[in-house]
Amino acid sequence: MPLYRDSGVVLRTHKLGEADRIITILTRSRGKVRAVAKGVRRTKSRFGARLEPGMHVDLQCYEGRSLDTITQAVGLDAWGHVLASSYADWTAAVAILETADRLTEEHESAVAQYHLLCGALRTLAGGAHEATLVLDAYLLRALSVAGWAPSLHDCARCGAEGPHRAFHIASGGAVCPSCRPAGSSAPAPATLELLGALLSGDWARADDSGPRERREGSGLTAAFAQWHLERGIRALGYVDRTPDPGRTR
Amino acid sequence: MPVFEGVVQDLIDELGRLPGVGPKSAQRIAFHLLQADPHDVQRLVQALSEVKAKVAFCETCGNIAEGTQCRICADPRRDATAICVVEEPKDVVAIERTREFRGRYHVLGGAISPLDGIGPDDLRFSELMARLSSGEVTEIIIATDPNLEGEATASYLARLLSPFELRVSRLASGLPVGGDLEYADEVTLGRAFEGRKLLNA
Repeated sequence: MPLYRDSGVVLRTHKLGEADRIITILTRSRGKVRAVAKGVRRTKSRFGARLEPGMHVDLQCYEGRSLDTITQAVGLDAWGHVLASSYADWTAAVAILETADRLTEEHESAVAQYHLLCGALRTLAGGAHEATLVLDAYLLRALSVAGWAPSLHDCARCGAEGPHRAFHIASGGAVCPSCRPAGSSAPAPATLELLGALLSGDWARADDSGPRERREGSGLTAAFAQWHLERGIRALGYVDRTPDPGRTR
Repeated sequence: MPVFEGVVQDLIDELGRLPGVGPKSAQRIAFHLLQADPHDVQRLVQALSEVKAKVAFCETCGNIAEGTQCRICADPRRDATAICVVEEPKDVVAIERTREFRGRYHVLGGAISPLDGIGPDDLRFSELMARLSSGEVTEIIIATDPNLEGEATASYLARLLSPFELRVSRLASGLPVGGDLEYADEVTLGRAFEGRKLLNA
C-alpha cells in the first residue's frame, strides 16, 4: 500500500459512520486531499484535536481508491484552536478555509495557495490586524494567485492609467470613463487605495483605514470573489463584522 | 433487487433506512421480528407510533419532553439559579448520567457552523436570553462540544452574556482517563496544563 507524508491545513470535516470523519486537507505538494480519519470522534482517539478545521499538521496517509486514510498526524500549528476562542476571528477563518476549498482541486499541486493560506491563518491567529482586513487581503491575493487579480488602479479593459472612479466587477476592477459599462459602482477613492494596500501587503496603510472604507472594501471584495468563483461563499454571510474593542488595531 | 416479496421486503427496505443498519442487518432484524412473540412486536409497534405522537420539545429549554415542559424543567427540586447550555438533547442525558449537576439545562439545537449554513439566528440563543430576564439565574455553564464549532459557539455565547452579571464558565478539557500521555495532542495537553489542579490545596 503506497504511503506518503505531507504537511497540510485542514479545510473542513464531514462525519462518516459512527466515529470516523472525512477530512479535507490542502497539502503542500499534493494539492487538496480527502482522507478518512478513523475513530477521530471517539474521546480516546490519538488524533485528538489535530484534525479540526484550521489546524496545520504533518500527516502520514496511505492511498486508497477514492479516499486516502490518515495513519499518523502530528500538530505543527494549532491556528484553529487559537481562532475559535474569538468569534470574529473564527468566522473570518472559516470563510478563508471555504475559499481555499473552492479555489483548489483534488490532487493538483497548489503550493502558492497553500503558503497563502498558512500566511493568512498565521496572521489571523497572531491578532495584529483586524480579522476582516486579513480576510479581504486573503481573498484578493488568493484570487490573484488563481488568475483573477483585480485591477485597482489602471483600467481593467483598455489599460488606461488610473486612478479611475468607476469599478465594475464583471470587467475585473477599475474602469476608465470611456470603457465604463452600465451598472458600474463608484466606490470612494480611499476604498480602492485600501484594497490596493491589502493586495500588495502594505499593512501600515491598511491598518490606518477608516471603518467606512473597510466596510465598502469588504463588500467589493466579497462580490468580486463570488462573481469569479461563480457561486456564493456560504461562510462570508456569517462573518462577524462588529468592531472588537479589545484588538490592538 | 428485491429478494423477498410483498410485506417482508417492504419491512426490510424500511429497516434499511435507519442509521447504521445495512441490508444484511435489516434482513436479520426483519426475520427476528417474524419469529418473535406477537406481543413483543405489538409493544414495539405501540412504542414507535407513540413516540411520534407524544414527544415534543420543552417550551423552556428545548429538551425532548412529553408535554409542554420536560422532566427537568418541571422538577421543583432542581436548582433554578444555574443553567447548563448544551448543543443537543443527547448531551443532557450524558451530563445527567454524571449526577454532578443539579441545575437546569438549555438546549441550543446545534452549534454555529457557517460551512453548513448554521448561524447564531438558527439556534435558540434568544430563548436563553428570555430565560435570563427574570434575574433568577446567576450561573451559566457552557457545555458545548469540545471541537472548534463548539468552542466558537461558546465564545459567541460568552460575548453575548458579558453585559449580564453572571458567573459564566466553560467545561474543562483535559486528558481522558485510561490513556497514555505521549499520545495526547498538543491542544488537549495544553488545556490540561492550563486547567491543572493543586493537590495540596
